[in-house]
Amino acid sequence: MKDLSALTITEASQLLKKGETTSVELTNACLDRIEKNEPELDAFITVTAGYALKKAAEADKRLKENKNVTPLTGIPYSMKDLFNTKNILTTAASKILDSYIPPYNATVYQRLEDAGAVLIGKTNMDAFAHGSSTETSDYKVTKNPWDKKRLPGGSSGGSAAAVATGMGLFSVGTETAGSIRQPASWCGITGLKPTYGRVSRYGVIAMGSSLDCPGPMCKNVEDAALVLEVIAGHDPKDATSYPDPVEPYFTDLKEAKGLKIGLPGQYFDKERIEKDILDAVTEAVAVLGEKNVLVPIDLLDPQYAISVYTLVCRAEVSSNLARYDGVRYGYTSNTPSDTWNDHYRTHRGEGFGNEAKRRIMTGTYALSAGYQDKYYKRAEAVRNIIRNDLEQAFTKVDAIIGPTTPSTALEIGSTEGNPLFGEIADVLIEASTLSGNPGISIPVGFDKNNLPIGMNIFAPRLAEQTVLDLAYTYQKSTTWHTMKPDIF
Amino acid sequence: MTSSNTPISEEEVKKVAGLAKIKLTPDEVKKFQKELSTILEYVEKINEVDTKGAEHTSHTSLTNSFREDETEESLPQEEALKNRIQSSKDGFFTIKSVLDHK
Repeated sequence: MKDLSALTITEASQLLKKGETTSVELTNACLDRIEKNEPELDAFITVTAGYALKKAAEADKRLKENKNVTPLTGIPYSMKDLFNTKNILTTAASKILDSYIPPYNATVYQRLEDAGAVLIGKTNMDAFAHGSSTETSDYKVTKNPWDKKRLPGGSSGGSAAAVATGMGLFSVGTETAGSIRQPASWCGITGLKPTYGRVSRYGVIAMGSSLDCPGPMCKNVEDAALVLEVIAGHDPKDATSYPDPVEPYFTDLKEAKGLKIGLPGQYFDKERIEKDILDAVTEAVAVLGEKNVLVPIDLLDPQYAISVYTLVCRAEVSSNLARYDGVRYGYTSNTPSDTWNDHYRTHRGEGFGNEAKRRIMTGTYALSAGYQDKYYKRAEAVRNIIRNDLEQAFTKVDAIIGPTTPSTALEIGSTEGNPLFGEIADVLIEASTLSGNPGISIPVGFDKNNLPIGMNIFAPRLAEQTVLDLAYTYQKSTTWHTMKPDIF
Repeated sequence: MTSSNTPISEEEVKKVAGLAKIKLTPDEVKKFQKELSTILEYVEKINEVDTKGAEHTSHTSLTNSFREDETEESLPQEEALKNRIQSSKDGFFTIKSVLDHK
């Protein structure tokens, strides 16, 4: 019996159309995977088995009647626990939201529901998306499926681990600076961060409002293109969502030919990046170089983006997390307090984890009177410089490629004592996120410890097709993305 | 104010925690003093970049995303109160006294 949980969306969708399998069968296969692998991996905060089977039965009916069938109808998937899902517990992996039952749906979730996809669970993450490890979840640490002593990356670590092990055929994560691409790289899957504003942020628990991007985490580029088509597009509820029509990303997938690919020397620095990664990415770039032109370019030292991102994002975090006051939802403190002010401070002191507190305080400081010019405003100015630097580069090249991360998956415990762990781990990604560019991480090999290596391809804003085409071209002639961890 | 050479003081940590409305234990104050100092020292790097002429940027090319001023359906009150239904009163959320009557 073929393992249905090993299918891609396109494969499963074909079988469903032909009646050779059902959504209930697919869903059960994924739920079986969860039963088998989840005790070792801790990728999920909530598994919605009953709800999933109900939705799967509805999808089967829809498929049978051939009514309004989409490529995602009947396909089981997971969502990072950062998306509001009505009547389903949503925690952002934070203690302060331990009992939050959303009264509404995030737009991304609504679109997936409308398409007939089947939600099997909400995945673990760094609390409030503050991290690049999934180690700072207030609940548990997700393990990397390739080596359980290691981290899956973050903040969408649960999603990455789930996709890598067939616990759902795809997932939806978010990226604020690396949170889709970095765990995709560490777990050997395909993760796409769309252009900022391409996918609605309505109903996504906010981290950095000028940075947050929901995006697909899949087994391959074709699947990512399919999911993107469903979730992308203007949303009147998100004033920062682009009105531009959604392109048929999947149908338009084609071999990339004659494109100019920029290779910034600063992103291939031997001193800062592991040798195995440089070797694998260089080899991968050569594959694309067969029919495209490789152009050495110079970009601003990516180190500056770390400082800019740290200040800008934490400032936005301090504002976005001010709403957690315990009045309307979430954690209830048992500590008595006499006044509102005392309650507010106690609630947040007890409910927030260390990382959330650290980020809120950095941001508050950077925005406070006397420091705003020196920190926040200066960071915004440098952000402008980074953005201009990339725009300049894109007048000469169609896309830029580099390794996704400077190292492969690190061991559990690596974040301790390192208050800038996340920002430093995402050094190769931050510039493109600050500038709102779309980017994809795809697997391009393994290091000597058999840990996955990811390559990041990014392009000008709204040039998702370029990114997808290049990734598609690479995956057509290589098989790294089809490899599965032993636990599978 | 601290100069850019000295780390953030405990007093400043307490002040920031006050602004952020987070009650910290004395141990946490010490811990965050160390960590914030590390972070602030690191981000000093941005001073290496010449920002002359770099105006404040927007993170998007969109401007003025307006809609028509028409009333639309909103979240019903019971839905909005759902997570605090026990403590709610007459359709309101209840909270501790805001004003200090002492």
